[in-house]
Amino acid sequence: MIAISDLSHRIGAKTVLRDIDLRLPQGQITALIGPNGAGKSTLLSLIARLIPIQTGRIEVDSLSVGQCANDMLARTLSILPQSNEISLRLSVRELVAFGRYPYHKGRPRSEDDAMVETALRTFELDDLAPRSLATLSGGERQRALIAMTFAQDTSCILLDEPLNNLDIAASRSLMALLRRLSSEHARTIVIVLHDINYASGYADHIVTLKDGRLGPSGHPADVVKVDLLQGVFGTDAAVLIDRGRPIVKV
Amino acid sequence: MHAKRLAGLAALTMLCSMLFMTLGARGNWDFVLPYRGAKLLALLLVASAIATSTLLFQTITRNRILTPSIMGFDALYLLMLTAAVFLLGAGGYGQIPEPAQFLITLALLIAGALTLYGTLLNQIRQDLMRMILTGVIIGVLFRSLNAFMSRMIDPNEFSVIQINSYARFNRIETDLLSIALLLCGTTLIVAWRMRHRLDVLALGHNAAINLGEDPRRTQLQILILISVLVATSIALVGPVAFLGLLVVNVAYLITPSPRHATLLPSAVLIGAIVLIGGQMILEHSLGLSTPLAVVIDLAGGIVFLTLILKGTVR
Repeated sequence: MIAISDLSHRIGAKTVLRDIDLRLPQGQITALIGPNGAGKSTLLSLIARLIPIQTGRIEVDSLSVGQCANDMLARTLSILPQSNEISLRLSVRELVAFGRYPYHKGRPRSEDDAMVETALRTFELDDLAPRSLATLSGGERQRALIAMTFAQDTSCILLDEPLNNLDIAASRSLMALLRRLSSEHARTIVIVLHDINYASGYADHIVTLKDGRLGPSGHPADVVKVDLLQGVFGTDAAVLIDRGRPIVKV
Repeated sequence: MHAKRLAGLAALTMLCSMLFMTLGARGNWDFVLPYRGAKLLALLLVASAIATSTLLFQTITRNRILTPSIMGFDALYLLMLTAAVFLLGAGGYGQIPEPAQFLITLALLIAGALTLYGTLLNQIRQDLMRMILTGVIIGVLFRSLNAFMSRMIDPNEFSVIQINSYARFNRIETDLLSIALLLCGTTLIVAWRMRHRLDVLALGHNAAINLGEDPRRTQLQILILISVLVATSIALVGPVAFLGLLVVNVAYLITPSPRHATLLPSAVLIGAIVLIGGQMILEHSLGLSTPLAVVIDLAGGIVFLTLILKGTVR
């Protein structure tokens, strides 16, 4: 469970986040949506301690971000690395094995190796395991990164726009993987999404941000409405309902 | 991983060292062995210092073209040397015992490197190219300041600087050898113990934080290690611009592994082979007509150009 209180953040003279108070439900997929520059990525980076907190508190499973030991947090919370950041010379198995680092600090024990093999099997990467990331498609690379995060075995997983540069098939299979992680493995997943339809189609909970402030939040069916698109995104778009999940007509 | 290749490199290093000690030795072994032994030790020391410092630098900057010398580390050292001679005079400078000279310059170099490159490293995430350019420009600035002071200086005093400004493998200051051995040895052990953290750091800033490392702290620690290694090798033999680049990139080719447990020994061994082998060839077949640094810089320059033109480096 992630609890955020009184969180504000400034970059230069601009206030990017203002008085955020938020509780993100355990074992569910929460989607953070909002227009460009709303502070979604900043919020995610603050939770993942990629940037230091200026004011406010963030607690992840009662560990205080920025105060508890780094390696302890690394066993509780992980953020999916951006695929453009990771060296493409790594093989898939080497990448996934890095997920165990917070536990063994470079000296893998047999249970760490077993966990890596489980991760590779769970995400159907056995055949790709010896190949270098450079030879994989964007979707396969994203899958390898998620397998690494899975091997890290944390109760919370954060993802910052993981669907960038993925085609519809890769995007849908990625979202389906995340659904499996949350339902079968009880992981709390927080994901920044640009496409509202993916958020409303796969998330249990939607949080909206606009100009650094929280907007409406709740189940997709209660949040994704014509007046939200008008108020938060400033666009006129119709909303259809399909099996209880809203779809924005683009 | 790559255990066979590492063993091969180690064997080659042993062979080079043995040849270096015995080839063409005439006369008294009591003289030859300590004389050549000290030289061999110095060459090994310089090889490991340069190979390790370049590898560490490339790991924290995540770039395979950068070396401490391109970013101006060597120039900073020489600038301090010139400034010392300029301010104290060659006489005053000469009066300071050599180990003290060395330790003072080392302390200054570490302080300078941390202030300059410590702040510079923070820019990596935002803009790598800007950081490289800034580093190169800082290097040029140091060299210009150095040249400026050299011009103002008394010609006799300048000769003190000149002797120390060029790589010299034939006349190694054995006085410094024991202190250099101590410093380098400790630093190399620390670097070796950090090998797993280095692997994680090479993944990138965010990925390293995600895995529970603190990249900023580790980068600063590594900068200190690099400063010690660079200063030690320059104090012993003078600046060798391209050796590090050459050696580390050959290591990436021969033992292509993301693990520093493989890369560190591989780079050190290749460095030793290049230095010892090169020095041997110079002494025995070229009759010392060319300085080793010229050969290494030429070879290093060609490797550097090939790397850039091949465009596989990032």
